[in-house]
Amino acid sequence: MSMRNWVPGIALGAAVAGAAMAADMPNLGKPIDPKDIAPWDISIMPDGTGLPPGSGTPAQGAPIFAQKCAMCHGENGKGGIAAPVTNFAPKASLDGGKSIGNFWPYATTVFDFIRRAMPYNKPHSLTDQEVYALTAYVLRLNNLIGENDVIDAKTLPNVKMPNRDNFIIRFPERI
Amino acid sequence: MGRRVKPQSQEPEVVAGNGLLHRRALLGQGLIFAGAVGSGLGAATGAAAEPLHEGPWSLNVGAPIAAYQTPSRFEAHVVRTLDNPNNVPRNSRARTPHHLLKGIITPNGLHFTICHGGVPDIDPAQHRLVIHGLVKRPLVYTVEALDRYPMVSRIGFVECGGNSAPLFSNEPIQANVQALHGLASCSEWTGVMLSTLLEEAGIDPKAKWMIAEGADSPHLSRSVPVAKALDDAMVAMYQNGERIQPGQGYPMRLWLPGYEGNMNVKFLRRIKLTEEPQMSYYESRTYSQILPNGKAYRFYFLQGVKSFISSPSPGLKLKEPGYYEITGVAWSGTGRIAKVMVSADGGKSWGEAALQTPVLPKAFTRFRMPWRWNGEPAILQSRAWDEGGNAQPTRAQFVALRGQTSKPPAVTDFPSQHFNAITSWAVNAQGEVRHVYA
Repeated sequence: MSMRNWVPGIALGAAVAGAAMAADMPNLGKPIDPKDIAPWDISIMPDGTGLPPGSGTPAQGAPIFAQKCAMCHGENGKGGIAAPVTNFAPKASLDGGKSIGNFWPYATTVFDFIRRAMPYNKPHSLTDQEVYALTAYVLRLNNLIGENDVIDAKTLPNVKMPNRDNFIIRFPERI
Repeated sequence: MGRRVKPQSQEPEVVAGNGLLHRRALLGQGLIFAGAVGSGLGAATGAAAEPLHEGPWSLNVGAPIAAYQTPSRFEAHVVRTLDNPNNVPRNSRARTPHHLLKGIITPNGLHFTICHGGVPDIDPAQHRLVIHGLVKRPLVYTVEALDRYPMVSRIGFVECGGNSAPLFSNEPIQANVQALHGLASCSEWTGVMLSTLLEEAGIDPKAKWMIAEGADSPHLSRSVPVAKALDDAMVAMYQNGERIQPGQGYPMRLWLPGYEGNMNVKFLRRIKLTEEPQMSYYESRTYSQILPNGKAYRFYFLQGVKSFISSPSPGLKLKEPGYYEITGVAWSGTGRIAKVMVSADGGKSWGEAALQTPVLPKAFTRFRMPWRWNGEPAILQSRAWDEGGNAQPTRAQFVALRGQTSKPPAVTDFPSQHFNAITSWAVNAQGEVRHVYA
């Protein structure tokens, strides 16, 4: 098939391309088993889908934070060369102050972000157990859980986030 | 709209206050400006010319040709500004010097860049793109395989959702157009339509979202409606004809024409189809915009219609009264630019600017407006409309809805995002240009 024949097919859009599927498409992607994708499949959903086994408490997270996070986020998360992770402002405004406690709508995002992106200088290096412990510690710093609460795949999605209902979808017609 | 002054013979028609001329004056009719010189406004340029001489470059053999050429050493000032040159552990940004550019295509070395964990050094032979989740056949692609796919080229902008954020300041921040609007650029992007790859994988009808993720150190991820993926999303691999720059996502990026820059995930390595959005850090926290009533916008996909004057602008001093071309860029995430109006009197009167072709959807459009500056204070503004009927708001209209800071932030701060109101430049009698609110 010549390249000349490809281009109109693309321009006509997904429906035509879908109908033309098997034979007319390059089909140069290799099938991959979901278990082989697992090491990359790190998305945690707001309902907890994707959370791995394990658990942690604020007390377990405190020493890990001191060792691996405080160099940027400051002692006890009060801020340093990186932003504070405490509930450092009563409410967020255009002058700043977005915190996990006063702004983030889902606690699952804390686990997801720590695991994929932190520590900044060695991302994706923490064990799931360490990520749970740090998540618990950070949620405690934001007064979102109690001192002895255990964070795991069941409890994390249920952490009550005070600002959850304060969002407006800007372009709902585009979803 | 603009008050019209009857033109004198052979002189360009004045279409709005403070010397804005009809865009017809741009058509290369030398006669028109001969008339202007005759009226005394061109006095300096009419002075006796200096004697001509041979420069050393005309009397000596030049340098060997470079394998990959770079601009003349006399253009060494035409560079991006860096807000984290030492790569300390935080985001780093490079801004486009719009005041020194004249086209609609941003040269690759000057395209704005934001990285959240430095610029990754990705070996294309080892890079993979995985498509999985709510699909019939999870698939993995190599760069080599994608390079054999039918490709599409399209010119379009990418704009950071936080571009122009300094204009949320309650007082005008004195900075140039690069610092204020430098997080937007425009390129020709070439790649594979994402719909092609999704069709190969076979979309489960339950899929309403896709999570796009990069191979950079923060594994940056954003949720994108499948509707956009099937509309005009591209897995872009080439930028202005050559492989995408590392700062733009080498070896491949998601390109969502017209949508918030951060959603255009760079170093794209994974697409997961889902029923619900992930509520990643960047969508649920960073790119949720606080409103004056305490609520916040979420999923502000579209970049609104916008324009700014790139010349004259702060730092570009007008040397003397006389003729100048006011020029800048306009764009909209909705479609084509339909019209750009320019004012030289702070919005009291307006004249329609000439739009340089091509005028493409979701792309920079250059506008030009001839102007004869009389040497007195002037306030220059541009205002754009898109083909969807959206008008660029005045700053007062915009701030009434979206708010502003209570005290001026640092010019590098991001009080909020998606600022698209009118920018105003004040020219004083000395020809110096300052950022003002008007």
